[in-house]
Amino acid sequence: MSLSIDLPFTSFTLSNGLNVIVHEDHSVPIAAVNLWYRVGSKDERPGRTGFAHLFEHLMFEGSLNVPGGVFDELLESVGGINNGSTSTDRTNYWETVPSNALDLALFLESDRMGWLADTMSQDKLDAQRDVVKNERRQSYENRPYGLAWETLFTRMYPVEHPYHWPIIGWMPDLDAATLDDVIAFFRSYYAPGNASLCIAGAVDTAHVRERVEHWFGEIPAGPALERVASELPTLSESRCVGIEDDVHLPRLYIGWHTPPILHPGDAELDVLGSVLSQGKASRLYRRLVYELAIAQDVEAFQSSALLGSTFCIVVTARPGITLDRIAVAVWNELHDVSKLVRPEEVERAVNRLETGYVDALQSVGGFGGRADRLNHYAYYANDPGYLMEDLGRYRRLVDNDIMRAAGTFLREAPCVALSVVPRGKSELILEALP
Amino acid sequence: MTRTAPAIGSAPRITPPQVLRHQLSNGLELLVATRRHMPVVDWELVIRGGAVLDQGALAGTASMVAEMLDEGAAGRSALEISSAIEQLGAELDLRTNWDATLLHLHSLTTRMPAALDLFAAVALQPDFPDDELERKRTERLNSLAQERDEPRLVAHKTLALALFGETHPYGQPIGGTEASIAALSRGDLLARYRRIAGPQGAHLVVAGAIEFEEAVAQAERLFGDWRSDANATIEFPGPHAKERTIYLVDKPGAAQSEIRVGHQAPPRSTPDYFALLVLNTILGGSFKSRLNMTLREEKGYTYGAGTGFAFRRHGGMFSGGAAVFTDVTADAVRLTFEEIATIRDEGVTAEELERARNYIALGFARNFEAAADIAAYLADVALHDLPDDYLARYPDEIEAVTLEQVNAAAQNHLDPEHLAIVVVGDRERITPGLQDLDLAPIQYRDAR
Repeated sequence: MSLSIDLPFTSFTLSNGLNVIVHEDHSVPIAAVNLWYRVGSKDERPGRTGFAHLFEHLMFEGSLNVPGGVFDELLESVGGINNGSTSTDRTNYWETVPSNALDLALFLESDRMGWLADTMSQDKLDAQRDVVKNERRQSYENRPYGLAWETLFTRMYPVEHPYHWPIIGWMPDLDAATLDDVIAFFRSYYAPGNASLCIAGAVDTAHVRERVEHWFGEIPAGPALERVASELPTLSESRCVGIEDDVHLPRLYIGWHTPPILHPGDAELDVLGSVLSQGKASRLYRRLVYELAIAQDVEAFQSSALLGSTFCIVVTARPGITLDRIAVAVWNELHDVSKLVRPEEVERAVNRLETGYVDALQSVGGFGGRADRLNHYAYYANDPGYLMEDLGRYRRLVDNDIMRAAGTFLREAPCVALSVVPRGKSELILEALP
Repeated sequence: MTRTAPAIGSAPRITPPQVLRHQLSNGLELLVATRRHMPVVDWELVIRGGAVLDQGALAGTASMVAEMLDEGAAGRSALEISSAIEQLGAELDLRTNWDATLLHLHSLTTRMPAALDLFAAVALQPDFPDDELERKRTERLNSLAQERDEPRLVAHKTLALALFGETHPYGQPIGGTEASIAALSRGDLLARYRRIAGPQGAHLVVAGAIEFEEAVAQAERLFGDWRSDANATIEFPGPHAKERTIYLVDKPGAAQSEIRVGHQAPPRSTPDYFALLVLNTILGGSFKSRLNMTLREEKGYTYGAGTGFAFRRHGGMFSGGAAVFTDVTADAVRLTFEEIATIRDEGVTAEELERARNYIALGFARNFEAAADIAAYLADVALHDLPDDYLARYPDEIEAVTLEQVNAAAQNHLDPEHLAIVVVGDRERITPGLQDLDLAPIQYRDAR
């Protein structure tokens, strides 16, 4: 029996360009407010990186009618929670509140969209810059393998490509950011015409429409924006790079350029990631971890993005095992999976994906909940109602599609292989691919 | 238009899922909460007896028993079990906490019966094969070595050892140590499994798109014949509190210092449970909490700071901390200490109390969305002998907490004099500042 998920919604656009989506779900008396700005680290420029993420912090520091610190205070007082996140492609902000407090969440979200720049100050910038620098230390510099991803991406994407720099930005760029830079960035990207607002939960659509008009209606549309465009990046040949870190075990990261999110090939590679590394019986796990016992762990996944995706395989070597040996084993599996995939392997991957979709949609709010999902489709598919078509992409796949994707996008394509090795052990860095 | 924060109406009535109970003839208790929102069901078998049984050299036994359950059962191999669960799109999660061994099955409704067969096989007929034990042992030993690369894990383990000592179970990591894992035998695992795994005192909880009658029928079908005289009762004395001490673990060149402070705390059964939840929310349990406001927002020392109480059947632990940049380590330790001492000595304000109560109580309905979250609360009900209408009473219990109760809880349960202060960081750079604080003697520890 095939799974069917109904996610009905109403959508409309305010005269200032704000896209609004409303989904009613009265099963629990809470309301989710979810706002996507179509700005991510891809919209930054070399030398001025980290701004989109820095705003994820500045957005909580007060706006004209919400003094600094009051945003969280008001929300906590009514039993609400909130958060935000930044990717290469977009930033999202959300509040989940008891349904009686919807108006408060809309007020808070609208005030920082319309009147944040009025109260931006050097003090606020300095304070949040410090927090972000601490975040960078905690999540990257002081964490084992923490610098691996940004190292891999700087090698995969050329200097001018919007995915070259890390989302959190470079330390010197954070230090160099001026108040004028920050305000200019805000005025360009944080406007109604560059945003999509989704409200989901125990709400009344007509009432929501009236309240959204009330709070967001008078915010000016903002400037017309030129969308960042770029050629799909390519690698002329495979290359090996390496760094040292405070780690016990060497780890190999392999990255390939793959088709953008929702483009042909994207779903195939999601399934391939699962066939390779989901569960003990998956190809790479079974061979490298379970049978050969040369790896401590293995992951393979498609990281889907707007301007081009990345497929990654990450393997941690067991003590005494060289990354050469790991690479040979990985390439053997890639060879095999491009020659034969069994139908039940595809079915297994798709069943797991389906369960994951259902899980996330149990909640109206938060990251990945119903409101976030509708905005996700509004952005990437230009259609909030894309859910069943998205699932259909996976259901239609057969074994041949997965084999072909493994051959075309991985086995026959150049990649970047990054070794992360213990300090003082640079001889452990992989020198050449099989 | 004037823009001011809108007045909001009264909070909506929260209708928690109804909890229904059934006892099987062998004594196994079934708790069921139906939520039909999405076609998903979560089952959890709650077996009393967790890592608290791992005394002395046995550290890590409980977690290894849990993880070995699906490494071969009822004649099926580890790969066959994993493959079959994955084929159903289901998830089987086997873990242990201090008080219980928990088997969790998450599945779409349509594929649930087949997944339940595997769930029951793993729970009732584990084989503990020798070769899989050796494989898991090697994996675990490597993981333990890797954990020494993680300052936050090093800080946590150092704190637990400082507070409870080597001979108390809470002093050892749940996952064991390299010495204890190396010494574990199949016999140890079997003995532990036989000691804990039986229907008496165990609970099966289920939440999601399933009717009570169906849940009862499935429970009877799979667990009705379960027989065992397992008995996992345990008693041990509480450890002695030590004088305030700073424990420093060197991480040369670290960009940050990982700070953890803590002391012993009351068990889950304390009558002050709800008052302590409110107190903790104000001290370090929310974004607007005092510790986070001071260390993150005022000082800019950290990405985030917090505190928490770990409530267990036989005792508990209060802990708090932050990762701060190296040059401010001593000042961050001082401020953390002062926040704890101040809230204990001066209490909280009426505004703080009201905000914290509302934050917890009014937001409680979020826990009724995902079946797995409901199941987690049912597991708490099962494990801590809470009333069946616990979910319904929870918001009222929080709203009933008074200023006097919070301040009394702070007086009785915060203990700055016996705080253990752990710092994992660059010893050479942070030692002088910590000495100048004159807060406590410094002892050096190796990463564990």
